[in-house]
Amino acid sequence: MALLSINKEKLSVDVAGDTPLLWVLRDHLKLTGTKFGCGMALCGACTVHIDGQPTRSCTLPLAAVKPGVEITTIEGLKTREGKAIQTAWQKLDVPQCGYCQSGQVMTASALLARKKKPTDADIDSAMAGNVCRCATYVRIRAAIHEAARSLA
Amino acid sequence: MFIYRNPVHAPNRSAIDRRTFLKVTAATSAGFTLGVFTRHIAAQDPVKVVGETAPEPIPPSAFVRIGSDNSVTVIVKHFEMGQGTYTGLPTLVADELDAAWSQIRVEGAPADAKRYGNLIWRKAFKMDAQGTGGSSAMANSFDQYRQAGAAARAMLVAAAAEQWKLPPQSIRVKNGVVFHASGKKATFGALADAAARQPVPQNPKLKDAKDFVYIGKRVPRTDSKAKATGSAMFTQDVNLPDMLTAVVAHPPRFGAKVKSFDAESAQRLPGVRHVVAVPNGVAVVATGFWTAKKARDALKIEWDEAGAIKSSSADILAEYKRLAGTPGTVARNDGDTGKALAGAARTFDAAYEFPYLAHATMEPMNCVVKLDADRCEIWNGEQFHTVDQMNVAQAVGLKPEQVFINQLFAGGSFGRRANPVSDYLVETAAIAKAVAATGKTGIPIKLVWTREDDMRAGFYRPAYYHTLKAGLDASGNIVAWEHRIVGQAIQAGTPFEPIMIRDGIDATSVEGAQNLPYAIANLKVDLHSPRVGVPVLWWRSVGSTHTAYSTETFIDELAAAAKKDPVEYRRALLTKEPRYVGVLDLAAEKAGWGKPLSAGKSGEKRGRGIAVHKSFDTYVAQVAEVSVKKDGTFTVDRVVCAVDCGIAVNPDVIRAQMEGGIGFGLAAALHSAITLKDGIVEQSNFHDYPPLRINEMPKVEVYIVASTENPTGVGEPGTPVVAPAVANALAAATGKRLRSLPLTLA
Repeated sequence: MALLSINKEKLSVDVAGDTPLLWVLRDHLKLTGTKFGCGMALCGACTVHIDGQPTRSCTLPLAAVKPGVEITTIEGLKTREGKAIQTAWQKLDVPQCGYCQSGQVMTASALLARKKKPTDADIDSAMAGNVCRCATYVRIRAAIHEAARSLA
Repeated sequence: MFIYRNPVHAPNRSAIDRRTFLKVTAATSAGFTLGVFTRHIAAQDPVKVVGETAPEPIPPSAFVRIGSDNSVTVIVKHFEMGQGTYTGLPTLVADELDAAWSQIRVEGAPADAKRYGNLIWRKAFKMDAQGTGGSSAMANSFDQYRQAGAAARAMLVAAAAEQWKLPPQSIRVKNGVVFHASGKKATFGALADAAARQPVPQNPKLKDAKDFVYIGKRVPRTDSKAKATGSAMFTQDVNLPDMLTAVVAHPPRFGAKVKSFDAESAQRLPGVRHVVAVPNGVAVVATGFWTAKKARDALKIEWDEAGAIKSSSADILAEYKRLAGTPGTVARNDGDTGKALAGAARTFDAAYEFPYLAHATMEPMNCVVKLDADRCEIWNGEQFHTVDQMNVAQAVGLKPEQVFINQLFAGGSFGRRANPVSDYLVETAAIAKAVAATGKTGIPIKLVWTREDDMRAGFYRPAYYHTLKAGLDASGNIVAWEHRIVGQAIQAGTPFEPIMIRDGIDATSVEGAQNLPYAIANLKVDLHSPRVGVPVLWWRSVGSTHTAYSTETFIDELAAAAKKDPVEYRRALLTKEPRYVGVLDLAAEKAGWGKPLSAGKSGEKRGRGIAVHKSFDTYVAQVAEVSVKKDGTFTVDRVVCAVDCGIAVNPDVIRAQMEGGIGFGLAAALHSAITLKDGIVEQSNFHDYPPLRINEMPKVEVYIVASTENPTGVGEPGTPVVAPAVANALAAATGKRLRSLPLTLA
């Protein structure tokens, strides 16, 4: 039995310790906003925040989740930066197929929390781990700038 | 603002859906023969051969429903894989209906080929078939969805006229409100019931283009909010009561089969419910993905490789090169190329190599099937309704009309989900059938492929080898052009073969080459379609993925040889092709063609290149700018794109598709290759099949040619143009002509 704090809710899960956090979220807690893309931390579709840090949940075994940490998924993203990112995503119609976008939003909102006015280079560096096969990258860049402006 | 009916919580389709369900009989022969898809069999089949006759009238209620809550629900017959059809088709209805955009809801249509068939396919294949592909969604729906909106509007007006006792001509509709100059007004919701009782107008008058309120302007996508907040429902996200997850061990080589397997260690894992053999492997069915995957990995399987493919990519290429030395089946033959080449002042030869490509959608293939005695229900990002119904029906021993489909968002497709053999759906159905055989009927089975499963499952863009030969006269004019293509025909050996391969020519292998637009008097295109056995499939922009590259880099090379400007050289050959010239000129102008490029960083060379190509009746030209470092690595800095897709229904969606199409094409141009070593696919995940990442994405500018032509598709045509534009830019920077994909200078 593991105790987790997810989206500010204390939850206990009875799952094998080698189960990646991604599958605990998706299969056991039915938090399906966090996506499975590669299983090897190569695409970022599974990105969640652990104490605010963007983290790939597909390669993080449940047993390795440190006690007391706060896990935030797309469903629980309530920060000012997170909301600004989601608003900008809609304003610029960033998503196409949308499957990677939860991960993109989680990484982008963590970037904005860390850097109020990111440059293109900051964005490329922070977002390079998040793959979008629809290649919505032009709009991801623009929407992060838009969100930054909206918070300035 | 936008609410999607969530099919996961509404599994029972309405009675009307069932009544009007595809009325075709199951193909009865073995394998996956789709009798009704072949014209010669269709003639003997109880299915009516259609296409020469007008379709039966479809009530507007099939496409639009007005709720008493004032909602306007548009039933979209095409699936949303990112291309924007859940916005584009509702735009057509909303415009003719004069609805407020905030009223619009979207619902994916059920499988019903009579109502929701693709009208372009109907014409081409002479049958009702529902599905999405060939960038046809907008092109085939433009009139149909406008008519539905116009009919619904006329019925609202008629209802208001009746209630207010006023002539209908005096009643107007604007932004979701029905009103009269006297001050009377009503919402759609208030009139909905009365409107439903009005006669359906047979030929409602459509708006003149000048009266469009949404068509031609940006309306926000209907799916952005759900996709930005994680609430959009993909197949991967389906959870049903008692659902189990299946992970399958596939053979390591195409064509191998299971000889025997030992499931003992797999079955010992807690949570594993079933281990079953299926036609293409062994499936572990468990309470969740992780358990199923661990158990799958623990299976001990002996494979029967008697029928397996053991070739390597190098063998395949060597065979293609050998074939390229022999004449192929002629697809086009104008004039006399042999004579013209013999008389040419100079001749040029080039050979091009294209690897297999995986679609690598972000959502690996998956599917949910619930199989009961007389009913098979599917949850899927559904691209190929009619075909999938037939194949699944055959796999489980039901009739196609007993296969029900719940439409979900698809996490990309790029062609992968429209498979003539319905590979992953049939696999899920086979697992459900095997589980049902144990006495557990009606248990929903979710098939989940890992990224590795997906990457190695085949159905790739075929590998191709091209040779091109041209003759120039003393002034540099092209007097002869010979193009030979070698590669697998996508539909060979599938039920589509009789309609896609005519007189030995697979249309998808030669598109873009056979219809080369340049005015060349002596022009020949021929084709070899060897059978290799590697499963292949259409991949975003299909034949154009390779023909645009070879033709557009070769013409560039000839322009250079003739010492002519590449834009001028093309334009002179396109005097009868104004729409090609339109995009060519627009891209060149916006890119500053002819003006010097800004200098690169110290030690870097810069180059600019252009390419123009038509696919799916949409014309695209792109100018790429590159910077090449001393070590041969390079970046693509900027792409200027001009597109002519007829009436631009939603310019912002068109821009998005061009941006994304460029990124998708660039990924292949820079990185992608699926290779075989002794029959084993060497790539497995994004580390060895690298996608394009944000730091590699150029600045993209998109310009749309103003047009009054009927709209054509935009999902695919942006993709094939970028690779030749980049290659031509690299040639401009370095003098090197790259003829093998992916592109490398180092």
